Amino acid sequence: MRRKVLTTAAAGLTLAMALAACAGTPTQTPGQGQSAAASSGASGAAEAADAAIGKIFNPSTKKGGTLKMANTADWDSLDPGNTYYGYSLNFARLYGRALLMFKSAPGPDGNTLVPDMAESLGKSSDDAKTWTYKIRSGVKFEDGTPVTSKDIAYSVARQFDKEIHPNGPTYLNALLDWPKGYKGAYKSKDADFSSAVETPDDQTIVFHLKEPFGLFDFIMQMPMTMPVPKDKDTGTKYQEHVVSTGPYKFEKNEIGKGFTLVRNDQWDPATDPNRPALPDRIEVQTGVNADDLDNRLISGDVQIAVDGLGIGNAALPKVLPDPALKARTDNPIQQRTWYTSIIPDVAPLDNVDCRRAIAFAADRSSLFRAYGGETGGISATAMIPKTLPGHKEIDLYKSPDDKGDVEKAKAALAKCGQPNGFETNISYRTERTKEKAAAESLQQSLAKVGIKLTLKPYPQDDYFALYAGKPSYVKENKIGLAINGWGSDYPDTYGFMQAIMDSRDVREAGNYNLSVKIPEVDKLIDQIKAEPDAAKRAEMWSQIDQMVIDQAVVMPSVYGKALYMRGKNLTNVFISDSQQMYDYVGLGVQQ
Amino acid sequence: MTAPLDVPESASSAVPEAVVAGADVKAIEGRSLGQIAWRRLKRDRVAMAGAIVIIFLMLVAVFAPLIVGLLGHDPLQYHEDLVDSGTLAPKGQLGGMSWDFLFGVEPVNGRDIFSRVVYGARISLLIAFLATLLSVVIGTTLGVIAGFFGGWIDTLIGRAMDVFLAFPLLVFALALAGVVPDQAFGLSGDTLRVTLLIFIIGFFNWPYLGRIIRGQTLSLREREFVDAAKSLGARGPYIIFRELLPNLIAPILIYATLLIPSNILFEAALSFLGVGVRPPTPTWGGMLSEAARFYTIPHFMIFPGLAIFITVLAFNLFGDGLRDALDPRGNR
Repeated sequence: MRRKVLTTAAAGLTLAMALAACAGTPTQTPGQGQSAAASSGASGAAEAADAAIGKIFNPSTKKGGTLKMANTADWDSLDPGNTYYGYSLNFARLYGRALLMFKSAPGPDGNTLVPDMAESLGKSSDDAKTWTYKIRSGVKFEDGTPVTSKDIAYSVARQFDKEIHPNGPTYLNALLDWPKGYKGAYKSKDADFSSAVETPDDQTIVFHLKEPFGLFDFIMQMPMTMPVPKDKDTGTKYQEHVVSTGPYKFEKNEIGKGFTLVRNDQWDPATDPNRPALPDRIEVQTGVNADDLDNRLISGDVQIAVDGLGIGNAALPKVLPDPALKARTDNPIQQRTWYTSIIPDVAPLDNVDCRRAIAFAADRSSLFRAYGGETGGISATAMIPKTLPGHKEIDLYKSPDDKGDVEKAKAALAKCGQPNGFETNISYRTERTKEKAAAESLQQSLAKVGIKLTLKPYPQDDYFALYAGKPSYVKENKIGLAINGWGSDYPDTYGFMQAIMDSRDVREAGNYNLSVKIPEVDKLIDQIKAEPDAAKRAEMWSQIDQMVIDQAVVMPSVYGKALYMRGKNLTNVFISDSQQMYDYVGLGVQQ
Repeated sequence: MTAPLDVPESASSAVPEAVVAGADVKAIEGRSLGQIAWRRLKRDRVAMAGAIVIIFLMLVAVFAPLIVGLLGHDPLQYHEDLVDSGTLAPKGQLGGMSWDFLFGVEPVNGRDIFSRVVYGARISLLIAFLATLLSVVIGTTLGVIAGFFGGWIDTLIGRAMDVFLAFPLLVFALALAGVVPDQAFGLSGDTLRVTLLIFIIGFFNWPYLGRIIRGQTLSLREREFVDAAKSLGARGPYIIFRELLPNLIAPILIYATLLIPSNILFEAALSFLGVGVRPPTPTWGGMLSEAARFYTIPHFMIFPGLAIFITVLAFNLFGDGLRDALDPRGNR
């Protein structure tokens, strides 16, 4: 899920370079995490709902034990150069070290970038076009070979080849000044790529960008810079034998079944202030049925569900009414908004009043339930999620009890010249039961004002590539409404909004922006890129948010939440704002 | 299997009677074949129970709006106040069952399960009946033609049947139902989906019946009464309609009644897999498919499941009874 989201954001990045102005540090976001209250110490071990949000549940520094994890699917890849799922970025830090990392800390503190293999955050020069990092001495591969800057340069060059490593982020491919015709470390074997990455000595690495980019440090915490030794690199097969630099290394790895991590004796804690590395062993099963996994979490057989998707619908009626089980859950807000695109390319939705009629008629309280009710989200009236700068509630389509306003909707319909309503289609992703429920809910509430919706389910793999994200298909099949959702890549509003608001990025297919084609919005986005003041940027984002909701091209439903369950006997559990799930680096096991 | 007329109990006299019965009923005293079968059927309590359930289900389907008006709520109406906003499960005991909501309510949106099961009967029975009718018409026509004319016509139709029987029906149905757009052949919405399902299910099930009819026709064609009609100068159409078809009614009826439950199951399977009638129109298979996600709320699955089970069982029992009545030699 996150992977797809991230990919477009990366594509959008080519336009993002002008961000030079905004300095490396992100705006600190007011997270859902209330202050890490005093209670965290004494009553830490007492189970309580949301005990791992904004503070550490059951803090401990005791080492030892076996941590048991399970994943509903399989990793896109364990290869640090070929992975993009949010949970994988979180998990990879156990066996690999990138130049930087997000601090392993609860709540908003987890959004802070800290140096990992590097000695400090990046030093930029030349207007944020050149970024230099110094590597700590004493960092070694699991076989004892010291890590040099050349190893990092090699891993950056190898991930460039998207035919061999298709899953990973494309940020570095787009940002760095690669030589013309460069095809990556495999196909352009001994080619010189020093125009992109330079290694003046074994401890220094310099990145040269095509255009200034102020947020480069955010890219450097991703696993693409985890070093891969050139002589051990087997291309697509490398994920079967990943060479570790982190506190754990692979003992046994059976792709499709699971793997075991054990302590890496070559990892020197003196070089790594960020990882407590509490458990002795980490056992991971993959391909476990989601409902089965929920049951095993409840029973204590598994301690962490790696995929970070939260408890499924089926287990909700079991977990929530039971105080003992509910006390083991955390229900954080995510930087994600579930919304409906109202597509102005399809008549009669080219008329703003017809679009507004939909926004007025929609039953928000019903949509709130469709998206999972209290544990699934918070009713939304704006696009920007609560934890991002620029968030402001924009309630333009108020109705009594949020049940939808039939009168105002009818008035809008009359104004649009369709007093008796009209017919259109609504698309959603077949596999996503919440989206189906949302589409049915809209069908039900819009029918009250005569707007007849036909449900159009499409497979989620191709939802954006072939269906809702392909304007020619949308027009031909008259898809007036499309259920949609979006999550942020890194904690900045730009990473959330640009890809779904900038109309200049709309391509022939694979769009995530399905309906926002407003020149004023594009103009504002350009101004934001050039604006050095974070507060002013946030203000302009709010303006964009207001504009698109006033034009009724998007209709936000809920700010996403997920319900996570802490397995039994875990210590040091917390949700960090950067991972938006349990921070896997911090976890420990009760002895 | 031989001609159903060949009834040992009613002795040899029954054969000519029944044959003439087609031409002139009143002239003959005693019981016709139909009457005999009816008497046998009446004595079969299990089959009669099945028949009563079938009639009841048909009445339910026909008078669905009336029943729901009296005992339920609009099947599409949301009752979200009856669903817990945290767990999304129905409030109250037994999935929200009450006098107001006889079978409880659905999780998430609180639709009335009773009304949805009642309305689901309409779609299920409509599709099953019409699809069966389509199979019977095609199967009988082609079966009789193949059996009566023989030769290259028989070979051609026989090969066609082989092709249809070898067809991966479920896979094809999945593909076709997925590909057909929302508007086609001048139809749209539910009408189109229902028509499509009837076509898919009916069109691909005919060879089973067709083979049986062909076999029956082959044996009937060589019988004395056909020879007699031929020697009196009767031609093809007369023989088919007057001599053969009346004797084929029994196998047609039996296989039609046994085809209906399998069609109900097939429709449910297609709806379960998401290529049946589109939501929010209630169907039993579609309800089961939704209920599968809420294994912690069993009542949601029980009622549509029971509805399918009872309907299929009733048709099968009645079909078995009918076969015993019309073809006593197959009797235990």
